Amino acid sequence: MSQATETDAVREDGVIESVSGPVVTATDLDARMNDVVYVGDEGLMGEVIEIEGNLTTLQVYEETSNVAPGEPVENTGEPLSVDLGPGMLDSIYDGVQRPLAVLEDQMGAFLDRGVDAPGIDLEKTWEFEPTVEEGDDVAPGDIVGTVPETESIEHKVMVPPDYEGGEVVSVDGGNFAVTETVVELDNGEEIQMRQEWPVREARPAKEKETPRTPLVSGQRILDGLFPIAKGGTAAIPGPFGSGKTVTQHQLAKWADADIVVYVGCGERGNEMTEVIDDFPELEDPMTGKPLMSRTCLIANTSNMPVAARESCVYTGITIAEYYRDMGYDVALMADSTSRWAEAMREISSRLEEMPGEEGYPAYLAARLSEFYERAGKFRNLNGSEGSVSAIGAVSPPGGDFSEPVTQNTLRIVKTFWALDADLAERRHFPSINWNESYSLYTDQLDPWYVENVDENFPDRRQWAVDVLDEEGELQEIVQLVGKDALPEDQQLTLEVARYIRESWLQQNAFHDVDTFCSPEKTYAMLGAIETFNDEAFDALEAGVPVEEIQDIDAAPRLNRMGVQDDWEEYISDLEDSIAEQLREKY
Amino acid sequence: MKEYQTITEISGPLVFAEVDEPIGYDEIVEIETPNGDTKRGQVLESSSGLVAIQVFEGTEGIDRKSSVRFLGETLKMPVTEDLLGRVLDGSGQPIDGGPEIVPDDRHDIVGAAINPYAREYPQEFIQTGVSAIDGMNTLIRGQKLPIFSGSGLPHNDLALQIARQASVPEEEEGDDDEGSEFAVIFGAMGITAEEANEFMDDFERTGALERSVVFMNLADDPAVERTVTPRMALTTAEYLAFEKGYHVLVILTDMTNYCEALREIGAAREEVPGRRGYPGYMYTDLAQLYERAGRIEGREGSVTQLPILTMPGDDDTHPIPDLTGYITEGQIYIDRDLNSQGIEPPIDVLPSLSRLMDDGIGEGFTREDHEDVANQLFAAYARGEDLRDLVNIVGREALSELDNKYLDFADRFETEFVDQGSETNRSIEETLGIGWDLLGGLPKQELNRIDEEFIETYYPEDAESETAEEVAAD
Repeated sequence: MSQATETDAVREDGVIESVSGPVVTATDLDARMNDVVYVGDEGLMGEVIEIEGNLTTLQVYEETSNVAPGEPVENTGEPLSVDLGPGMLDSIYDGVQRPLAVLEDQMGAFLDRGVDAPGIDLEKTWEFEPTVEEGDDVAPGDIVGTVPETESIEHKVMVPPDYEGGEVVSVDGGNFAVTETVVELDNGEEIQMRQEWPVREARPAKEKETPRTPLVSGQRILDGLFPIAKGGTAAIPGPFGSGKTVTQHQLAKWADADIVVYVGCGERGNEMTEVIDDFPELEDPMTGKPLMSRTCLIANTSNMPVAARESCVYTGITIAEYYRDMGYDVALMADSTSRWAEAMREISSRLEEMPGEEGYPAYLAARLSEFYERAGKFRNLNGSEGSVSAIGAVSPPGGDFSEPVTQNTLRIVKTFWALDADLAERRHFPSINWNESYSLYTDQLDPWYVENVDENFPDRRQWAVDVLDEEGELQEIVQLVGKDALPEDQQLTLEVARYIRESWLQQNAFHDVDTFCSPEKTYAMLGAIETFNDEAFDALEAGVPVEEIQDIDAAPRLNRMGVQDDWEEYISDLEDSIAEQLREKY
Repeated sequence: MKEYQTITEISGPLVFAEVDEPIGYDEIVEIETPNGDTKRGQVLESSSGLVAIQVFEGTEGIDRKSSVRFLGETLKMPVTEDLLGRVLDGSGQPIDGGPEIVPDDRHDIVGAAINPYAREYPQEFIQTGVSAIDGMNTLIRGQKLPIFSGSGLPHNDLALQIARQASVPEEEEGDDDEGSEFAVIFGAMGITAEEANEFMDDFERTGALERSVVFMNLADDPAVERTVTPRMALTTAEYLAFEKGYHVLVILTDMTNYCEALREIGAAREEVPGRRGYPGYMYTDLAQLYERAGRIEGREGSVTQLPILTMPGDDDTHPIPDLTGYITEGQIYIDRDLNSQGIEPPIDVLPSLSRLMDDGIGEGFTREDHEDVANQLFAAYARGEDLRDLVNIVGREALSELDNKYLDFADRFETEFVDQGSETNRSIEETLGIGWDLLGGLPKQELNRIDEEFIETYYPEDAESETAEEVAAD
């Protein structure tokens, strides 16, 4: 949470009128909508959410036990903002950007109340290297220097977008704290390494462009069948236990973004700890650097105050936009947006607002689309190109996709990865249902796949989709009459489809090798199955019975392709032995 | 401390009173009725001049002349190690006729959230001796794993069996665990006296009572008190675990009654209801209970939760199991069909899940082949289950030899692996042994989830020649 301005802009104090859970009303408070306030004797952080005459309604980001009417409310006069500057990567924040490590130092293992800490360390010095000289003209958004933030990321110091810009009159290189001025402009504007931005407002950019590069995730079903673009939006809905969080973790670990912002919104404490423990030990497969050096974590677990849960996705996307402005590709994972929606519902119901569908506030759809619209591929103010990809998990009650959060999300996002409890029950992971899922990016991403993987990529993907479709239809018949009643060629199709499902779509997130699969390997693995398909149908035509085709020794080796480190050799050997063993039969 | 005789309205569990001083939210209130009873309550909403009070022990006997005292503090639980072996009522008063409790400290029952940064990731396997749990949905120290059950199903037997048998295998115990003891906290919410007796008898019979703290809110106790009982229990658990180094297993039963109490209060306050009339904040409220499980870095003890809930109409999309499933780290399903077949415990492993399992099993925790075996058993049992539907239509003869093997596998899985009786305590070795024995009924090449190395080591050789012959003869 941003702190620097709280002292100089404090306005008239108000007095608490009533307290009910996270909702507090105050009288005589001179405040604007969304101003940040400090509530009660303990100074609990809150935000103005309604003004009615002399009565102001506040949502408080901390537990309100023992807060009483009559206690003071202090207004900062500033909207909820985040601190932006070097030091955000490799950090873990709560929903209002308080660093959890600092909070632990201050108050031990349990989160107490009334403690605030700046989002970035105000004391720490960073090495600032200017990229402008005295006399240069700079405009809002322009880069004035760089700071080595982590091993893999060079932080770019920019003219804040709300500045006017002008001629540089003084510039200093060297070691500075984030609050020290490094560049001065002729109109008196001073630029520090740290800037603030209100979380509920999108950072400006020049224009939004059509994304044409995939966000490679290393997950076969995603890269192979349902890709998301860099700057795209995706939703992962699924009932509990279907693997939303594992899928989000996999994306956070392996997606080829420059920066990853992971928002644990109402997540489980132990799961968040797993991320905190795991990520520092993992390496980015692209750069070999520690994963944490490109990651910013926001953890607002389900038992942390509900109002902070409402704000955590905004905190996350504002940080993502800031790195986008530097020209980076940022991936934002929000797990789960349903918890965010429920936080809205909870606060709305405390305000006694007229509820919309299933008790959610009527502005649910507007808030969701506002959020997802902040994703995209952008031409930034400074001319660079950057993107924010937003991937939101959705937790529909009872796994029913017709509920409002899922439905309103689907109207906005262009990639839909439907998780399926049936698949999860038989431990088919990732349990993404291939019949229900879709990606609207495939057409605009195909040129990339053709150029970077293989010109045959789109055709091979279509072949796999066709086989899976046909399997779906055949399974309905099998359910009635049994597999043996089908003609031989259809039995063979079922066999091929089984390999696509079991050896290609399934991927073991917990296996050292299988957890990440490059697009080339994804393509080659599917190629091996296609080889089996072609050779098998040739054999069938030549009169070889289907049982004999199924029983060749080489076929089950298809199931072990994923775990091969040296896959190129394994797959080409395997294709040879499949061809050889099948051709022997006729 | 001021006393008021200013009650303006009494409605269901709520009392409204006028005040002339500021009263804190959540503050504790004592109400004295004209016939001398003292009832405790809590401030639900405080505005200048008027407060809404939720009365734990029911509002009967309160009239507008009753006096209201505000104690100026929030509800606290007196905590001490001496609580072990004691039986308390739903709001923490001793009911076992024992001596007064002399507290070491008094802890706020609304626990603060554990900073996720200070947590330690739970990885320590707990052997419950129940194959369907140990083998397929492993329980880990610091986990919250609810039992999803239905009315009339033997969930209590399972909870008792786990409380009785739970242990950490010798070699895992290590040096750092020296001296940490095991304790059970039992929080009963709205269960019948008969059920309560069942628990108490078992605790006494096995000598478990001396390492237990029992909180009893029975079916005929005031419903509102149920909203406090689990918080009392968890506050005690956190104290024992994080200050005294105990490994605490918390059994909460029945969470459904707890949620009904929340609904009752919500309705009395005329709140806008959420799904099926439950309050919109039920997710947050449940999370504040369930999230009080785990381990903290640098502290010895742990809190493991085993909440039990009966799903109304066996429907797991009902808000109570649904919201629970989204917060807890998995769930164990008790199945009505298996129960009527006499399987004991009747755990349906397919929808059951333990989210912390992957990191707490395998080499160094249980056995190297554990994960692969579990995956293979899941896949094979799921396939067998599917085939059962088909058999009903076409009959067994119409199926291939292999399909018949899967059907046999599914049957044996239920009768040999899951069914073990409530008195049998199986080690993880035995559990995995039975698993391999069952997998021996399938041809080797079907075991595609298991590393070839493990198949070499563990696949029962005699079984293989048998199946090989059968296949050859086929």
